[in-house]
Amino acid sequence: MSYYKPKFRHPSLPENELGYTVADYDGAVSTLCAGCGHDSISAAIRNACFLSAIPPHRIAKLSGIGCSSKTPTYFLGRSHGFNSVHGRMPSVATGASVANRDLIYLGISGDGDTASIGMGQFVHLIRRNVNMTYIVANNGCYGLTKGQDSATADLGSVGKSGVKNQFDGIDLASLAVLQGASFVARSFSGDKEQLEPLIRAAMAHKGFAFIDVVSPCVTFANNVGSTKSYAATRDNLEVMPLDFVPMREEIRTQYKEGSSQAVTLHDGSIIHLHKASKDYKADSRESALIALQSANETGKVLTGLLYIDPNSQDLNHTLELAPKPLNSLGKDELCPGSRVLNSINEGLR
Amino acid sequence: MQATDTTDPEYFHKVVDCQYACPAHTPVPAYIRLIAQQRYTDAYLINWESNVFPGVLGRTCDRPCEPACRRGRVEEEPVAICRLKRVAADFKDEVADMLPKAGPPNGKKIALIGAGPASLTVARDLAPLGYELHLYDEQAKGGGFMRSQIPSFRLPEDVLDEEIGYILNMGIRTVFDTYVDSMAEMLTKGYDAIFVGSGAPKGRDLPKLPGRKEADENIHIGINWLANVAFEHTKKIGKRVIVLGGGNTAMDCCRTSRRLGGEDVKVIVRSPFADMKASPWEKEDAMHEGIPIIDNHVPREFVVEKGKLVGMTFEKVEAVYHPDGRRELTPTGEDPEFVPCDDVLVAIGQENAFPWIEKETGIRFTSWGTPIINDDETFQSTRKEVFFGGDSAFGPSNIITAVAHGHKAAVSIDLYCRGKDISKRPPPDVTLVGQKMGIHEWSYDSIPIADERKIVPLEDLKKSLSDRMVEVELGFDAEAAFIEAERCLNCDAQTVFTDVECIECDACTDICPTSCITFTHNAPEDELRAKLLVPAENREQDLYVSGPLRTGRVMIKDEDVCLHCGLCAERCPTAAWDMQMFLYNVTKATPNLVDIK
Repeated sequence: MSYYKPKFRHPSLPENELGYTVADYDGAVSTLCAGCGHDSISAAIRNACFLSAIPPHRIAKLSGIGCSSKTPTYFLGRSHGFNSVHGRMPSVATGASVANRDLIYLGISGDGDTASIGMGQFVHLIRRNVNMTYIVANNGCYGLTKGQDSATADLGSVGKSGVKNQFDGIDLASLAVLQGASFVARSFSGDKEQLEPLIRAAMAHKGFAFIDVVSPCVTFANNVGSTKSYAATRDNLEVMPLDFVPMREEIRTQYKEGSSQAVTLHDGSIIHLHKASKDYKADSRESALIALQSANETGKVLTGLLYIDPNSQDLNHTLELAPKPLNSLGKDELCPGSRVLNSINEGLR
Repeated sequence: MQATDTTDPEYFHKVVDCQYACPAHTPVPAYIRLIAQQRYTDAYLINWESNVFPGVLGRTCDRPCEPACRRGRVEEEPVAICRLKRVAADFKDEVADMLPKAGPPNGKKIALIGAGPASLTVARDLAPLGYELHLYDEQAKGGGFMRSQIPSFRLPEDVLDEEIGYILNMGIRTVFDTYVDSMAEMLTKGYDAIFVGSGAPKGRDLPKLPGRKEADENIHIGINWLANVAFEHTKKIGKRVIVLGGGNTAMDCCRTSRRLGGEDVKVIVRSPFADMKASPWEKEDAMHEGIPIIDNHVPREFVVEKGKLVGMTFEKVEAVYHPDGRRELTPTGEDPEFVPCDDVLVAIGQENAFPWIEKETGIRFTSWGTPIINDDETFQSTRKEVFFGGDSAFGPSNIITAVAHGHKAAVSIDLYCRGKDISKRPPPDVTLVGQKMGIHEWSYDSIPIADERKIVPLEDLKKSLSDRMVEVELGFDAEAAFIEAERCLNCDAQTVFTDVECIECDACTDICPTSCITFTHNAPEDELRAKLLVPAENREQDLYVSGPLRTGRVMIKDEDVCLHCGLCAERCPTAAWDMQMFLYNVTKATPNLVDIK
């Protein structure tokens, strides 16, 4: 197996505003199974960061444990990274986010890392609205330990061993909407046309942005009877297409009147929702929950931007933290002197 | 677009750019891999089977393969294919015993007129089938222009003798020192077929230029002069030499002059430097030997004083390019320039000449003086038992083209002598074999190395200018040859896609280093080319289009800059992609002449 990618690239590879090509956002060659959905997510993240022209060194990748959590090695090789303890990535992300609010935080987790061992941390991340993008590569099984059903495996889904899952799966997107997440989306690893703009929008969103990505386990759950195989996912896909137009980019595509719905983010970026989703109320938790429930009941996989609060305020804002990263605060700001201390003490008398 | 029909061998053949560009379609990557494995003899045999003169061509080929090489599209320089061929010839073991012998006589007799590369190829291809072959040439030795036109400092005589010997030893009857002066007479000699490979022997002159007659003693036609040097009739030239012309013959003339006493040798050419016909490396070699190339100068007069040539005058021009591609040389209006000299070599092209073919033979000619030929497959003339090939067929070209003609003419002659329809050509010999060795392991070095092209070392300049028999290029040593061989991208390891196996997981498009693979909805070609991951602007390269996949999309692969690294197949969970070695052996009268394990 090749663990090395040739250095040659297409000679006319396009460059983004920073002068980088998409290859500058590459990571190491993946060691996951050939055909793993997670690799597609890695490529979608790479493409999204390239398209949004984010300087690689302004991104911090955070992950826990699992196949999904290995993937940060395989994209953005020039970004910061922290591979934390199983299910404990939210703590690290929260700490990092309050310490340095200027970095863009990208958490990569899996269904085991989030829906089982990390569930307790996950919900608090939502509750605090930490400013980060949180992607779950959701394959409904534990691929690293030979494919046992995970907490998100659907009721009745059959794994490679041939055994039917007897428990209802946890729907992370519904949970996130219910818990008050300010940005909730679902997508499919095999649909980059939708996944890329979603990731770009999530990274532009101020606050906690959650994307649940169905990502087939090609080795243990791509068989007939598995509800998260490539074939079954495609068969049941209900796609709400969208585009993402960053604030600084001129609007090139002409959208026909009434054919789409625009959602403007805090920084002026715009998300365009097309076709069936043009009438979808993306800013209503209630309609998000109804849409999710009815899709679940009919066995459909509803993908797209499910809920967004464009005016969300993140944790740093709520806690009124210093406007600059801690590492850029000088001695005078960190230690303002006895006069200030005295005035604080006076205020407490 | 229609789904690509990969069962047509020409599709994958075109992907192997070097082989496709080679007139003889030598399986280049196959022999380059053998060189990397230090199997020089096998590499030589593959070459010999295909192009008959690997040692000669490894030094002198016009290398149509190299500008075509895919490596030149992904980085600066193509693989040094030509000089690797020489490596195979230099380092091989004794091969004489491995070459085919003349077959048992089949009772047919063929005359070959002119002992150049075309006739020798016909002889090589037909001898194993038992034909009696009579090879005519006016010189004492075979080789034709390979011997008379290519100076020995580029092609040592022993290399030429060895490779011509392999053919003559197959029982060819040589009729050398014999100028064939009548086709009508040849036709009465009872030959079943006659092949004409007599070249384009007439060097162009400047008969109308003032002073041409008066200065005749010091004006020489380039190709005749080179032949006289080769056969040692001419041993020296004046100190100041002007070579007229911008082709490879001009380069050979000026470099030979430097070795025969020419101290102040100049090449003067009408066209701009960049438009000259000479290969870039031959221009470089001439300049390396201290020979200036003066462009945009049109000869106006041979200046004669007291009955002797003293120089030439030239008019300065500049090239104007019209939108329709036409080039016009317009005078700059400056004063004519006088260039003093003792001798002038005229190397401004050559023409076909068949004064010995009589009208009544029924062999007819075009207004260009070339024979009328059925097509460029059969090489049959208007007289059905007479075939042409090499420069004599379509005008001056090069050795490898003559070899290609020879293979095709030999097929025609064989079919003709067996009473078969010569337009029904046997198919090429093609194999396509999977290269999987393990779960993710291929039988070839799949990941290309990043090394730059190796430079061939040269002999010391002073030494090489002192003796025209000293070969200038020293050739690669084994280590340089290995690195150069590893630069080959193995374009014959084909990416074969089976659409029914594909689950559209995107793994191939995500991993592909050169962004060749796109999954999208089918459309007309122009539209598809524009909407690929990286638009496919090189229209000479095909798009590989699959049948419809489960989602209704198709897989489109732009062949342009594919590295053949196999990562698509390594990352494919269902083996929808496979790397399969494609061997394309052009149709020949005797397929599989040599046995390579």
